[in-house]
Amino acid sequence: MKARATVHSALDVERIRRDFPILSLKVNARPLVYLDNAATTQKPLQVLNAMQGYYTLSNANVHRGIHYLSARATELYEDAHIRAAQFFGAKSMQEMVFTKNATEALNLAAYSLTQSLRPGDEIVLTFMEHHSNIVPWQQLALQRGLKVRFVPIQSNGQLDVHVLDEMLSERTKIVGVVHASNVLGTINDVKSIARRAHKAGAKVVVDGAQSAPHVKVDVRELDCDFFAFSGHKMLGPTGIGGLYGKQELLERLPPFLFGGDMIREVHATHSKWNDLPWKFEAGTPPIAEAVGLHAAMDYLNALDLDRVHAHEQMLVFRALNGLAKMPGVHVLGPLDARARTGLVSFETPSVHPHDLAEVLNAQGIGIRGGHHCAMPLAEHLNLKNGSARASFYVYNSLSEVDALLAGVKKALKLFG
Amino acid sequence: MYAENILDHYKNPRNKGVLENPSVTHEEFNPLCGDRIRLQLKVDAQGTIVCARFLGTGCAISQASASMLVEQAEGKTLKEVRAWSKEDVLDWLGIPIGPVRLKCALLALDTLKNALEILNKMNPSVVQGARP
Ligand SMILES: Cc1ncc(COP(=O)(O)O)c(C=O)c1O
Repeated sequence: MKARATVHSALDVERIRRDFPILSLKVNARPLVYLDNAATTQKPLQVLNAMQGYYTLSNANVHRGIHYLSARATELYEDAHIRAAQFFGAKSMQEMVFTKNATEALNLAAYSLTQSLRPGDEIVLTFMEHHSNIVPWQQLALQRGLKVRFVPIQSNGQLDVHVLDEMLSERTKIVGVVHASNVLGTINDVKSIARRAHKAGAKVVVDGAQSAPHVKVDVRELDCDFFAFSGHKMLGPTGIGGLYGKQELLERLPPFLFGGDMIREVHATHSKWNDLPWKFEAGTPPIAEAVGLHAAMDYLNALDLDRVHAHEQMLVFRALNGLAKMPGVHVLGPLDARARTGLVSFETPSVHPHDLAEVLNAQGIGIRGGHHCAMPLAEHLNLKNGSARASFYVYNSLSEVDALLAGVKKALKLFG
Repeated sequence: MYAENILDHYKNPRNKGVLENPSVTHEEFNPLCGDRIRLQLKVDAQGTIVCARFLGTGCAISQASASMLVEQAEGKTLKEVRAWSKEDVLDWLGIPIGPVRLKCALLALDTLKNALEILNKMNPSVVQGARP
């Protein structure tokens, strides 16, 4: 099919860009083209203003004082939990634990879930996982004599679910899977994976760091037991992320971090835990960051994640088409834009990804080059130098994709 | 961006290859980037590097700096190359290197330093230049 001359975006990019002053920066005398959104996204004024507003007029510690400001801060902090619970379709804020980032959320799930496991019990992960959904399991497995197994990836960038089916047994206690790959862009069918895992009696932990910003997530529809995300990858501030967990599981599992706020009673030799979700939030939490995350989720809700996804698919379609035409470029992951989030990774055997990133930077374009914190994946796919990755978001335009394509062409020529 | 000299050394590396009877062979690897450099030196009894060769894969910065380093090393005494520092390598490269790329730029120098350590254990007097 021939591409049509004009493409209409699902989003009003010009208008959105006005909320992100950082995007008007000049880098190396060129307009900044920010294509490293999978690493972290920029923050709209709405988020920055919400955080400044909190510190200006509402700052206090939470759950402690009975004075006006403490009550105000507590209310704002709890409201952020309510918004996050709604955003992901959780039953209530009891199921929404705030953490520092997705990594801490995955560490929480890994620690709490493995405390009752026995030597020989198995954890099934995939070769698509980010280090943050490998290393916690691997280390706990070493401590407790558990076995970690990995589901392979097919040449089309999809998980081989038949191998998953073969791996699942009564020994499988946990299945950990990335919802959207930060390297391949693949969106995994978590719902079907969860159904298979549950049939074997395993719990399902989903790394949603790269799906939460880009597609509508409904944890009850997916029927996962845990879902981890990072605020900074979805227009929010750094320093906050979260873990959705099914209430009956969170009630049953032991806490991960200990200290103030997570306790109801403390005695010299034992303690009693606080109610959910506070049982899993020890110490003074990231309050301003929670307020910022709340504003980021409001912003995404107003844009509508279905439109966000449609907009990104348009950008990815253009990028995939352009890269596929270039000799010396090998695109990773599914070739169908509909099976992806808004990122494209590719190999250029004649140019090291760091060199490519450097050449693009000279033209004001920011991409990522390397193994993207997924070394087992790079090894599995035999990518010696890793890959280059351009990742898009709500404020990126088709002309920025064209700038990327022109830059890649230029680098190939320079090194050819 | 990349100066001509870096691209030139990257595309036409000097002294790339393997030595028959090296005094020392040493390899370093940077798993973060996948950069790899293997360095070989042939040293005479006076402590002069008569031959230096490298093999490697990786980004232009890592491979160009290796090429520049082996080119500079030939004919120098071990005492002279022992004094090389980060600044010398950055001088050869001639472009500003950001903090993230510094590891790439200095991989060759690290390989050389560790090769000298090995030589030093085998034959301290040659390396330290305690010769008449
Ligand atoms: C798929 C995936 N999981 C987890 C993480 C970890 O996120 P954070 O560093 O915010 O904890 C990332 C971020 O790079 C990611 O891409």
